[in-house]
Amino acid sequence: MSTLLEVSGVSVSFDGFKAINNLSIQIGEAELRAIIGPNGAGKTTFMDIVTGKTKPDEGYVIWGEKSVSLLDMNESQIAQAGIGRKFQKPTVFEEQTVRENITMALKNPRSPLDLLLNRAAADTEERVRAVSDDIGLTDALDQLSGALSHGQKQWLEIGMLLAQDPRLLLVDEPAAGMSATEREQTTDILVRAAKTRAVVVVEHDMEFVRRLNCKVTVLHQGSVLAEGSLDHVTKNQDVIDVYLGR
Amino acid sequence: MRSALFALILMVCGVPAVTAQTLQPILQTYAGEIAKPSRKSVGETIDAIAASGLPQVTVFLEQWSEKNIWQRNDGIFFVGTAAGDSLTITDVDTEAKTTAAKSDFKQLKPNGGVRRLIGTALVQFQLMDPDLSRRETAVASIARRPEAAQLAPLLASIDGEVDANLKARKTQLANFLSASFAKNTEDRIAAIDSLSTDTSVEARAVLNQILTTTTGVALAAPEGNIAATLDPMLDAEQSYTALVDANLAAPKQTGGDIKKALEANIVNGRIAGFPLGQMDDPMVRQAAYTALADAGLVPVLITQEVRDAELSKHVFYKVYDEPNVEVTIAAETARKSADNRVATAQFADLTLDALSLASIFFLAAIGLAITFGVMGVINMAHGEFIMMGAYTGYVVQLFIPNYTVSIFVALPLAFAVTFIAGVVMERLVIRRLYHRPLETLLATFGISIALQQLAKNVFGTQARPLTSPDWLAGAWVVNDIIQISYIRIAIFILALLFLGLIIYILKRTRLGLEVRAVTQNPGMASSMGINPDRINMLTFGLGSGIAGIAGVAIGLYAKVTSEMGSDYIVQSFMTVVVGGVGNVWGTLAGAAMIGFGQKGIEWLNPSNTLAAQTYMILFVILFIQFRPKGIVALKGRAAGD
Amino acid sequence: MERTFIAKNPSVLWFLLGLSVFTLLVSIFSEAAGSAVISTSFLKTLGKTLCLCLVAIAMDVVWGYCGILSLGHFAFFGIGGYAIGMWLMYARTKDIVVGSLENNILPPTPDEVTTAIGSQIFGVVGSSDFPLIWAFSHSLTLQLLAVVLVPGLLALVFGWLAFRSRVTGVYLSILTQAMTLALSLYLFQNDTGLRGNNGLSGLQNIPGLEAVSQATLSLWFFWASAFALGLGYVFFAWMLAGKFGSVIRAIRDNETRVRFLGYHVETYKLFIFTTTAMIAGIAGALYYPQAGIINPAEIAPIASIYLAVWVAIGGRGRLYGAVIGAVVVSLMSSWFTGGSAPDINLGIYIVKWTDWWLVLLGLTFVAVTLFFPKGIGGLFDLISSRQEKQQ
Repeated sequence: MSTLLEVSGVSVSFDGFKAINNLSIQIGEAELRAIIGPNGAGKTTFMDIVTGKTKPDEGYVIWGEKSVSLLDMNESQIAQAGIGRKFQKPTVFEEQTVRENITMALKNPRSPLDLLLNRAAADTEERVRAVSDDIGLTDALDQLSGALSHGQKQWLEIGMLLAQDPRLLLVDEPAAGMSATEREQTTDILVRAAKTRAVVVVEHDMEFVRRLNCKVTVLHQGSVLAEGSLDHVTKNQDVIDVYLGR
Repeated sequence: MRSALFALILMVCGVPAVTAQTLQPILQTYAGEIAKPSRKSVGETIDAIAASGLPQVTVFLEQWSEKNIWQRNDGIFFVGTAAGDSLTITDVDTEAKTTAAKSDFKQLKPNGGVRRLIGTALVQFQLMDPDLSRRETAVASIARRPEAAQLAPLLASIDGEVDANLKARKTQLANFLSASFAKNTEDRIAAIDSLSTDTSVEARAVLNQILTTTTGVALAAPEGNIAATLDPMLDAEQSYTALVDANLAAPKQTGGDIKKALEANIVNGRIAGFPLGQMDDPMVRQAAYTALADAGLVPVLITQEVRDAELSKHVFYKVYDEPNVEVTIAAETARKSADNRVATAQFADLTLDALSLASIFFLAAIGLAITFGVMGVINMAHGEFIMMGAYTGYVVQLFIPNYTVSIFVALPLAFAVTFIAGVVMERLVIRRLYHRPLETLLATFGISIALQQLAKNVFGTQARPLTSPDWLAGAWVVNDIIQISYIRIAIFILALLFLGLIIYILKRTRLGLEVRAVTQNPGMASSMGINPDRINMLTFGLGSGIAGIAGVAIGLYAKVTSEMGSDYIVQSFMTVVVGGVGNVWGTLAGAAMIGFGQKGIEWLNPSNTLAAQTYMILFVILFIQFRPKGIVALKGRAAGD
Repeated sequence: MERTFIAKNPSVLWFLLGLSVFTLLVSIFSEAAGSAVISTSFLKTLGKTLCLCLVAIAMDVVWGYCGILSLGHFAFFGIGGYAIGMWLMYARTKDIVVGSLENNILPPTPDEVTTAIGSQIFGVVGSSDFPLIWAFSHSLTLQLLAVVLVPGLLALVFGWLAFRSRVTGVYLSILTQAMTLALSLYLFQNDTGLRGNNGLSGLQNIPGLEAVSQATLSLWFFWASAFALGLGYVFFAWMLAGKFGSVIRAIRDNETRVRFLGYHVETYKLFIFTTTAMIAGIAGALYYPQAGIINPAEIAPIASIYLAVWVAIGGRGRLYGAVIGAVVVSLMSSWFTGGSAPDINLGIYIVKWTDWWLVLLGLTFVAVTLFFPKGIGGLFDLISSRQEKQQ
């Protein structure tokens, strides 16, 4: 399994507080990975760095087989390179329909003139349906997305990520606020997605992580504390100390 | 001059000049000249009168100069005051007063030139007069019209001067006079050198006077103290005009001249063979004119080549009016050094100006900065709160005529009025628009329109005065260049006070603690039992209240109008944005930067304050590119993350 | 393609229909058509209002759709006016000067003509030289290009600087306001070559069309304004339909999220900012020949804020809302401030509308922002949702 994303020796601090401290993580192609850790471990900051929202003070972030540095790119370039991100809070465009939301996310040329002049790509409808089928929102395509339930919004957002057809999917707490059945469905969507692309899930909920059944990285105070299967890391003394000792 | 000096020496020594104790005989000796003085010959007479050293001389000369001397039929001179047909005469020696018929007397009316000579002679007496105010008048008159003859009496009067200020002034004036009029070159140069440290307008005028030049043109450079030879090609047209004025060349034809000449020489619809219709081409016009000139009908055309050839034949020079080379060299050096000092002083003056402008911006912007920083709310009506404060001051003055008292009543009252207005606005409008900052901007703008028009309806469109008390009326004068009005100093102090007060409130009080907590994390603050609504309301009131105080301060040195708010609002925004939102120091830095920047640009282009404002705004727009969060960046709710 | 677009946006069709009917009615009742119902001066007011509608929909696109509260679009409007005004003034002065020089014995040289024109135009600011910015004023084509390009270029440079450094929200508003203020202060100066606070005048006289009466000319301008408004409306509606519009509205609602979808947000904002600035320039170029005069006071920051007021009152995020807002507020403004509104006698105080109109407008504006954020356009939503319920 070749490496898709390599984060090495990255540090970043905010006003003297080291949010990320010499962090190194490798994500392989078509891998499902869960990142867990207590509050303030640096999970969200890690995502911010990969997606270009935050620039690290030192270290490298290298992407793809051509080994390009992501640090020189802005958010939209990184997104176009194939990294999709789902935020902690569901952020869909509530005043637009589900169809419009998905259409916007579809992998297509993204310059203003492309959008203005090449309006009707023939397969748009087909691709939108493929995504909406995947996330189970086909019936709601013409609804305003603001009218969706919390869980549906989460799915829509995951659907938008899938529509982008990224090679790496960063998902921040997808199961927050979901009911048990919704969680199960979410797990299915993520596992299915991970068959063709890399998916990194940041999650608090151990049960959810267990169901993902994948390699787990434990972050603590901005660096990797342990890595391996969930069973392996939960037996790690450091991890136990961090989670229970405080 | 020599005799004046002589007289002076005598006076100083206290030795009577002549044995006679009465003036009349001396007057009689020169009766003819006194009765009909001429400017050329009266000097000797005046010297002789002065040389008597009598105390009556001053009075006589003064009265003579003021046309109050009358001569009786028998030739005796009196001081007289005419009333109808009669004349009250005073004996020049005994000062005995009698009345006589006017017809027996003739009034002496010396002309202006003579009066000036009399005045010059008088100065030496007035300089020594026991009455301080008369001595001051004499010194002032010398300063107004310095003359060579005044130097010696002035010098002589310095040692005896008892008043310290006047003595200093006399010394300074003597210095000025020596620079121009001292007899030997060393004295002049010494005096000139001492002027190099003097930045007063007078001292520079003295140097400029010594260094006056006359420009001229000739075939060869003349003898004399040449200041410089000039390159005529720097402004060829003007040089040629000078050449023409000096009758050294023929005048150059203007387009109009050529046109007139052509028009005067139309023959059968043609000019020198060229058809009229082609005359819209300047080349054809020139050709036609040249042809006319060749035929001797018009003067030869002065083309550029001719002009340049003429110019190169002549020397253009600047010559000093002062013949002494050493003096002019010393004066040039002194002027250069004085200019440097003047530049330094101007810089200091500019700095003071900038400081006071910065204080005004700070006062106008700090309230805005507080509300923007704490609540993330842009208050477009802030300028109208400033206006409201100023009108409060105006209304207070209508009721309390004592300006000092009224200012001290107006300041807290303005704060109270705008505080209440701010709180009302917060409760009625702003509170409903949290998390919609753009809408807040618009709603407060609506309030701003309404308030401005309301003020117009109540107070009218003309400017209302807000008069400052007398003790704030003057200016603090350091020297001729550095001066700053007290009102601006007061505003500076007010700004400092508010800086201190706000920092005290924010850092040392419970309210400040809570305000800072809400600024940094409103959610957390409210979970710790701080009521953000109350904090927001108080902060908004505080910010508005300070705007009211700023309004009084601004109203004192500018007029109070309904539109004064909008004059300051954009500058205030700039200050807040440049400084960085929600930080008192940031606002201070922003105000300093904008104040100093604006004055700096004004200095580069003094004629145009509009341009200064334009460029300052452009600068701010560019500045934001490099520091989008301002000079002092803040993290937290207001940082907009 | 076009048919589906119209079908998807029925409001465009309604708008065009309404505009055509209105234009037709006004034409029939105008003085030029021999009727006395609509005076020439009122016809001009109507034509100007159409131009204001055009700049209002540009404002709506940039603010209501893209979320950039620009307080500078009236400056672009003014630049358009200045650009066309320069040609109008130059060409007309040239006609007059050439006419007056015709009687000279010698035919005038080009230099003499230029100097004479220069002293005619710049005499009021004590100059007779042509400043550099008048270099193209002799050419209608070039000045027409300037109407579009100068506002476009200014918007492009300003927008690039501002968006690049991620200046957003109120900061951006303040910055655009500063730009407007800087521009108007610049124009107020006598030595900048645009006649300082005198501005450009006599713009109602169109060179070459001296024979045409003002009544007819006003009608032509009215038609041109109506045509430009219709075209602008269709253009913006077309632009905002479909995915491009989706992205623009998405940027308004959550810029960061759009960035993570892979769209270069800055380019989109710049595109909108610049395009709307160009349309504003066109609107200004049509407005000022009808107004007859332009001066720097027109560009003052307050004008741009009124533009925002119109759009807010009419209803943001819908093009017809902007049109309604501009029409209602600007016509009401001229009605109230023109002294035709009846005063209200309260017994102790007589409310004169010339004095109190702005107070009313300000407070209305606050009320609209607070209670009817959708503006007048929101009423249409209410009506249509009621109809749906009844069905």
